[in-house]
Amino acid sequence: MSRPMVRILIDRFFGALIVLSVMMAAIPVLVLLLFVVIKGLPGLLTPGFFTDPPFPQGVPGGGVFNAIIGTLEIVVIGSLLAVPIGSLIGIFLSEYGRNQIGDAVRFISDVLTGLPSIAFGIFGYTVVVLTTHHFSAISASIALAVLMLPVILRATESALVLVPQSLREAGLALGAPRWRVTLEIVVPAALGGIVTGALLAMARAAGETAPLLFTAFGNDIVQTNPFQPMGALSLTVFRNALVPYNNLQDQAWAAALLLVMLVAATNILARLYVRRSQH
Amino acid sequence: MSQGTAKRVAPTSLLVASRQRRLISGDRLFRAIAYVAAALIIVVAVIFVIALFIPALPAIMKFGLGFFVSRTWDPVRAQFGALPAIYGTLVTSAIALVIAFPIGMGAALFLAADARMSLLRGPLSFAIELLAGIPSVVIGLWAFFILTPLMRDNVDPFLEHTLGFLPFFQGTASGYGFLTAGVVLAIMVLPIMIALSRDVIGAVPRALREASLALGATNAETIWSVVLPYARVGITGAVLLSLGRALGETIAVTMVIGNRPEISSSLFSTGYTLPSVIANEFTEAVGNVYLGSLFYLGLILVLITVVVNVLARLLTWRFTGSEPTAA
Repeated sequence: MSRPMVRILIDRFFGALIVLSVMMAAIPVLVLLLFVVIKGLPGLLTPGFFTDPPFPQGVPGGGVFNAIIGTLEIVVIGSLLAVPIGSLIGIFLSEYGRNQIGDAVRFISDVLTGLPSIAFGIFGYTVVVLTTHHFSAISASIALAVLMLPVILRATESALVLVPQSLREAGLALGAPRWRVTLEIVVPAALGGIVTGALLAMARAAGETAPLLFTAFGNDIVQTNPFQPMGALSLTVFRNALVPYNNLQDQAWAAALLLVMLVAATNILARLYVRRSQH
Repeated sequence: MSQGTAKRVAPTSLLVASRQRRLISGDRLFRAIAYVAAALIIVVAVIFVIALFIPALPAIMKFGLGFFVSRTWDPVRAQFGALPAIYGTLVTSAIALVIAFPIGMGAALFLAADARMSLLRGPLSFAIELLAGIPSVVIGLWAFFILTPLMRDNVDPFLEHTLGFLPFFQGTASGYGFLTAGVVLAIMVLPIMIALSRDVIGAVPRALREASLALGATNAETIWSVVLPYARVGITGAVLLSLGRALGETIAVTMVIGNRPEISSSLFSTGYTLPSVIANEFTEAVGNVYLGSLFYLGLILVLITVVVNVLARLLTWRFTGSEPTAA
């Protein structure tokens, strides 16, 4: 075989390898989603799934009402803590953070991003559960808030940095003080990016399990008091999967599907918001 | 008329002065609030370290550095060592990288440097983002019910049959263990591996690739001897960030690793990882030493992931930092 022929063959082989790896990367996603939908859909359509609390083990029926309420409440409280503080830190980084303090904050935020999610659970346990002596939804919210912080502040910073300098100068030239320029011109101009960051952080927080294991702990009773142990969808999936009852395992699949839908909806919302605010 | 103007000018300038003072104090206040918020995250980081360290003290005092090399994990006799968990963490992460690296590189090259089938690029990017967004407990559920039987009945016997002469593929396969956990981790780190490598490969100057192609190199030769060497440092960063993710992954691994403190050369064997010990035993831990040992494990885990992540950031930062001079 001539040398050019060999080179072309090698090129083709390489190209085939690339296509093969693309398929191997895409197939798990499709298989995973397919199974979650097929195994989760019947449970999702069972009457009472959305409205009943879980029944005792071995008793057929029951739902995940407690977990839906819990996930929503824990994530909302966490966001109420993380979004204002996170966006303020983002404003600090973009408007005042071109110094060593800013670099330190960026470094810490990067380190926090890389921490394993279980570490946030340990944080919530020591800081809140150990001091109050019992598991509570609020400890989970605080753990998730710290987990969400870096996502929100980085999104805010990069959205604010993209606002043209001329816009700031126009505001200042009109005699507005810097804080009003920041809050009334720069932040509104960057709102799309900030909201997207917040929504993505919420989506991530809603799917987390490890930070809830020993903070919210789980609760089969419908609980709305944030100072009491509380259920969550991710905890339902984790605990029910390991229980030898078919109806509870079906519930785990249905809860997983619901969780995926919740996370996907938040993600899509975030993307739609970006698209709308760009026009 | 000029008199009237003069009368008005004097008070206005005073008003302006007081208004300016008010404006400046408003600026100061806002600045102070922003600084306080920034200080808050630094405080949180300090509390984070303390929150891990103080409860770990009983175990640190009792076991010292011997904790790292002790193989016993015996809650009944209150003797604890981190070696099985560290071993499991490293082995599962290594399996994940071995599987995910070639696949991730191929997909990243396809997305960033391949001219064929550009129609597929959008859907593939979407699929990768989708995978990145799936909660780890859902992946764990899928792995627990679908992947584990598949590994037990098909993959493990096949590996034993073909590669059984190696110590890695011997013994009975239960479906739970290092190999299954490694496969799950590979699926979980793929999105980050692909996304980061795609960006790094995409940053290779087009002119370089075109020059190579113009000299008569094939696509494969261009990728092999121009694109990949240029992107090498950035790809190393991407691999390290994926490693950081694999080391700390908790729930999905806990569901498939078998949760037994074993050290075995066989990848079919059940095991434990640092995060899965914590997730599994935290709420049942009684006594300061037991709980302290779990915190000690947490401390080790955080230390390892921070080192890996900082290293990765330094590499990617150097790569993007050196870009202008190279281009």
